[in-house]
Amino acid sequence: MTETEDASADPSVTELELPELALIVLVGASGSGKSTFAARHFPHTQVLSSDHCRAMVADDPTDQDATADAFDVLHHIAGKRLAAGRVTVVDATNVHNHARQSLIRLAREHDVLPVAVVLDMPESLCLRRNAERPEAPDPGVVRRQRKDLRRSLKGLRREGFRRVHVLRSESEVDSAEPRWTKLFNNRRADTGPFDVIGDVHGCRVELEALLTELGYRLRHDADGNAVDAEHPRGRRAILLGDLVDRGPDSAGTLRLVMGMAESGNALVIIGNHEHKLVKALDGRKVRIPDSLRETLDQLDGLGADFRRRARDFCDGLTAHYVLDGGNLVVAHAGLPERYHGRASGRVRAFAMYGDTTGETDEWGLPVRYPWAKEYRGSATVLYGHTPVAAAEWVNNTMCLDTGCVFGGELTALRYPERETVSVPAERVYSEPARPPRNDESTDRDGSERQDPAERTPRREPGTLDLGDVSGRRVVHTGHHGRVTIGAEQSAAALEVLSRLAIDPRLLLYLPPTMPPCSTVTEGELLEHPERAFADYRHQGMRELVCQEKHMGSRAVVLLCRDDRTARERFGIEPRPSGTPGTIHTRTGRAFFDEATSATLLARVHAAVGRTDLWEEFDTDWLLLDTELLPWNAKAAGLIDERYAGTATAGDSTLRSTLRGLREAERRGLDVAALRTRFEARHTDVERFRTAYRSYCHPVDGTEGIRLAPFRVLASEGQAYRDTEQEWHLATADRLAEADPGLFRTTRRRAVDIDDAGSVAAATAWWEELTAEGGEGMVVKPRTAAPRGRNGLVQPGVKVRGREYLRLVYGPEYTEPHNLERLRKRSLGRKRSLALREHGLGLEALDRLAGGEPLWRLHECVSAVLALESDPVDPRL
Amino acid sequence: MPVLLTLSTTMGERPASDLGFLLHKHPERAQSFDVTAGRAHVYYPRADEHDCTAALLLETDPVELARQARQGGSWALGPYVNDRPYVASSLLAVALGRVFRTALAARCEARPELVTRAVPLRIELPAVPHGRDRELPRRLFEPLGWEVEHEVLHDPDRGETRYGRLALRGEHTVSEALNQLYVLLPVLDDAKHYWVGQDEIDKLLRAGGAWLASHPERELISGRYLVHARPLVDEALRRLTAEEGTDHDDGTTETRPLAAQRRAAVLEVLRTTGARSVVDLGCGDGKLLRDLLDDTEFGEILGVDVSTRALRAAERTLRLERRSERENHRIRLRQSALTYTDSGLVGYDAAVLMEVIEHVDPERLPALEHAVFGHARPARVVLTTPNSEYNSRYPDLVGGMRHPDHRFEFDRAEFAEWTRRVGRTHGYTATSSGVGEADRRLGQPTQLAVFTRNDLSDRDATS
Repeated sequence: MTETEDASADPSVTELELPELALIVLVGASGSGKSTFAARHFPHTQVLSSDHCRAMVADDPTDQDATADAFDVLHHIAGKRLAAGRVTVVDATNVHNHARQSLIRLAREHDVLPVAVVLDMPESLCLRRNAERPEAPDPGVVRRQRKDLRRSLKGLRREGFRRVHVLRSESEVDSAEPRWTKLFNNRRADTGPFDVIGDVHGCRVELEALLTELGYRLRHDADGNAVDAEHPRGRRAILLGDLVDRGPDSAGTLRLVMGMAESGNALVIIGNHEHKLVKALDGRKVRIPDSLRETLDQLDGLGADFRRRARDFCDGLTAHYVLDGGNLVVAHAGLPERYHGRASGRVRAFAMYGDTTGETDEWGLPVRYPWAKEYRGSATVLYGHTPVAAAEWVNNTMCLDTGCVFGGELTALRYPERETVSVPAERVYSEPARPPRNDESTDRDGSERQDPAERTPRREPGTLDLGDVSGRRVVHTGHHGRVTIGAEQSAAALEVLSRLAIDPRLLLYLPPTMPPCSTVTEGELLEHPERAFADYRHQGMRELVCQEKHMGSRAVVLLCRDDRTARERFGIEPRPSGTPGTIHTRTGRAFFDEATSATLLARVHAAVGRTDLWEEFDTDWLLLDTELLPWNAKAAGLIDERYAGTATAGDSTLRSTLRGLREAERRGLDVAALRTRFEARHTDVERFRTAYRSYCHPVDGTEGIRLAPFRVLASEGQAYRDTEQEWHLATADRLAEADPGLFRTTRRRAVDIDDAGSVAAATAWWEELTAEGGEGMVVKPRTAAPRGRNGLVQPGVKVRGREYLRLVYGPEYTEPHNLERLRKRSLGRKRSLALREHGLGLEALDRLAGGEPLWRLHECVSAVLALESDPVDPRL
Repeated sequence: MPVLLTLSTTMGERPASDLGFLLHKHPERAQSFDVTAGRAHVYYPRADEHDCTAALLLETDPVELARQARQGGSWALGPYVNDRPYVASSLLAVALGRVFRTALAARCEARPELVTRAVPLRIELPAVPHGRDRELPRRLFEPLGWEVEHEVLHDPDRGETRYGRLALRGEHTVSEALNQLYVLLPVLDDAKHYWVGQDEIDKLLRAGGAWLASHPERELISGRYLVHARPLVDEALRRLTAEEGTDHDDGTTETRPLAAQRRAAVLEVLRTTGARSVVDLGCGDGKLLRDLLDDTEFGEILGVDVSTRALRAAERTLRLERRSERENHRIRLRQSALTYTDSGLVGYDAAVLMEVIEHVDPERLPALEHAVFGHARPARVVLTTPNSEYNSRYPDLVGGMRHPDHRFEFDRAEFAEWTRRVGRTHGYTATSSGVGEADRRLGQPTQLAVFTRNDLSDRDATS
């Protein structure tokens, strides 16, 4: 049978049935009207003309020497279109078998159906039309082409065209109209809700129990056999194939499922066992193992009618469905994205049997290629086929075969709710050839059986593919559109990620960089709160929060409630000692050695426990954005080298200089101006030293370390996007109450920038903060991720104090002529970078809270690192 | 913003203030000059019959320096606050060259007889960087006949810094002294604020020609002066030693370095197994790739590394632009990371992991195992890693490991256990041996394992 709904291909009918995804090959001699036909029925972008390709490569559409190159181009473009799932029409004579063969091959490579539309026009017509063209081929050529065409006609089906339409006269051509038909697997319009059920294998009793558990009402026939099940709220079951064999009642299972399918209560896809069953029922030569024999016997017991009905039912099953607007794909053995919605023998075989590598394992079972680990598609794929110990998500796919027939469970997934529902097997009906497990690719060695520790099902070791992070990439974010990452940026990020960053399974989020406020245009300052307020006013933000800026190092804290969470949620084998989690820097590196980190995490864990946050947030893990103090905890090397060194060298040089200048002055040389200038400079160096010293405090191990949390980034199911800053800071206050020795609160003020009093108070507060040696403050919108006039708004801008900025711009930046030049600093790049990183960060948190697979989280993290590799003035 | 250099002399029997003639700067006037880094001032805190001190005060402009660094596309010298405005560096050397050009060239029309005369000199620099090596100023100046006084500067909170106050005393001609400072100030600093090209060799030889060839630290000096640009340094040393007239032969009796022995051992394994296609995972600077490329038995060679810098180095090692098209067809280089699966690595006869796994965090090692043994699945994997037991024969190891980037090092038992587990998990059979001089108690310095995929070893066994 064919893969489309209507198998008839009567050449006399001029309504042209065309599958919605096809490579349409026009066949006809020169002058038969192919181009006219194509132009009438297909958008011009779908049509690839060999003449046009000749013209493109050789400036002459009739240049026969360019034919080979022209077809290379044509095939290349056709390949690109088919890979993207677009209908493609080839306008070339295609009268020779070899030309058609290469197109059929191309269609098969992309798993789309090849269709031939033949324009078998009378010779006289072709010649007449050619006569009107300036560069028409020789009449002999047309004659030969027609001869070749006639010879080909009969064999077109055999050559591999799934449908052949032949138009034999001008009037037929004129009355021809394409009629697009949907592929069997296309049920995009069907949005459910569904209950998707794994391999039943004749476990009728468990199937009935599961349907009941799911809320279906069973309907029985006069003999008490279940023949249908209906859900009161119109849900439908999807059975993932392998209904029969191995279990106690394959025939009864079929009876129930067939009833449900016929009444529209279930969709069924074919499994390899149904495929074999049909062959056996048709009397074809297949090896009949005991379990299939048993099924055949059961069917025989129900009479020839039932047997035929079962055969026709199984034979009519489709191998995969694309449902819910393309968001859900079901196939017995799973299906990689490139096969979704495609039709070919290869796709069908994969859907039924999976991609076998040809190797067999020590139990004699085929080694299967782990397609799910490499799955990167956006559609959810549900499948069965390989028994696993527990149903779990792997890259947005889930295997629902939990080995019922082997004494496991029969499992369903509610869609779109994505909840699993299971019923246990009543008993072991069949002995498995090997123990079920969730990792199907590795462990190829029989000796595994002697090592029970390694037999427990486990997740992948955080498998990421190079393709997830390398090359030029576009990350689609929900808040900031498409963010493009260049190949060189990706390469730089990859280097950091693989050499310096922590385990990607724990590296879930990187905070965005933060721009300063617009530059003050006159006076003694570069930055001032009023500039920040003006920046936000410009964005349409009125209600703001000013937060004290802690002078430390940005730290992201991931905390797991227990070892089980670490293992099951993040796939991390917990260390024997310490609270599972991590404290990492804004470039993804570990802050401390393991022991120090564990000690700190244990304290955070205790405080979170005392504050009852686990219960309140209904979560087993927390991700916090914090500032880690003091500055020297992380930056000791930098302080020694850059700050202390500069101050000491400066002091030594200036002392000697001033001594010499004074001597010269005493001798009557005119160096008074120089001397005054350098005295001022000496004061600047001393102020510089005072500034950096005020941020250094003694640290011994974890003693002296403080955390100032300012945002709850995420917990299970929550990305806290629309929450108020005040809520975050109040949560931090509660932690500080629980452990005042570790946590520091963040002082803050709400500001309404339309209220002059409020603005004046905030400004005075900033002056006070910076006068007492503080770094300054961060001005943020009232909520965490608001949108303004032009989309996403900066989540914060910093307003740094005059003395603090010496550490950034140098001891002498306050000299008027230095300030003047520094005012020309340009903030555009930094701001754009900050916004893109913010967009990526929000996206990462959404994906994390939504339980998306690791590669999706890693995509955002690596993108932030990649953006950070671009040179931006680090003083901003 | 100031950098200071003072030069004092008694001029022997001459009036000390004659220094002014040599420097071409009048002792009774303060003068200023524009230089690239800002302004240079010359004045004399003292100038009389008995003693004369000239001061060169460089007033750098940090804002301008940062701007220039940015425009040069590099923040290397001006990212944040830095010490440039206060310490003797290439900035001072350049100012010196500009302000005292005539003196450096040993010309003095007013008092030509002074030029060649060695006089007692005292030079003071209040802040000179010495990096991690506080003996460096001594090693650089003492061989030139200076009496060196070097006092390391201390920060009140943080103790010793990487700067010192340097005072030099000795009898030299003024021109000699200035030329030495011109070369050695950037050497002490180990950085240059400008792009270094071929003409820098000429500058080095011009200023250092007379004394550099016999200086015991000439390699260090050339290396640092030419910012470690290897081709430049090599040429400079060649020209220096050629001028000196010595050409020392590389001893052939020396045992080969361990790295070379390792490459030879790996190559030998690859040849024995008959591998035709080889991927070098973590190829570094490409020395093994070069060996592979030189052997036509290896028809398809791929070198991958996560470091783009390493890949560029490998490109240089291989000199692909000078090799034939045929050779170029046999080899490719590209970036990959071994904790990520990479479908481009599937299908090779052999993969080499030479001194690679110890650079991966232990908790990431399973990801590497999966990517290499589970996903790429070459027929054979040849792997080397240090034997940590042998480290007791290297007394100077920092942090107990052979390289600062090593995340762990296996002893022999750990390595055996690891190879066994990896083989069992992924269906490979491993045999182990070692490379390097064997110690009866500690074994060999390098451990080597060859993993063979089980479907092959089965075939081998049955055929």
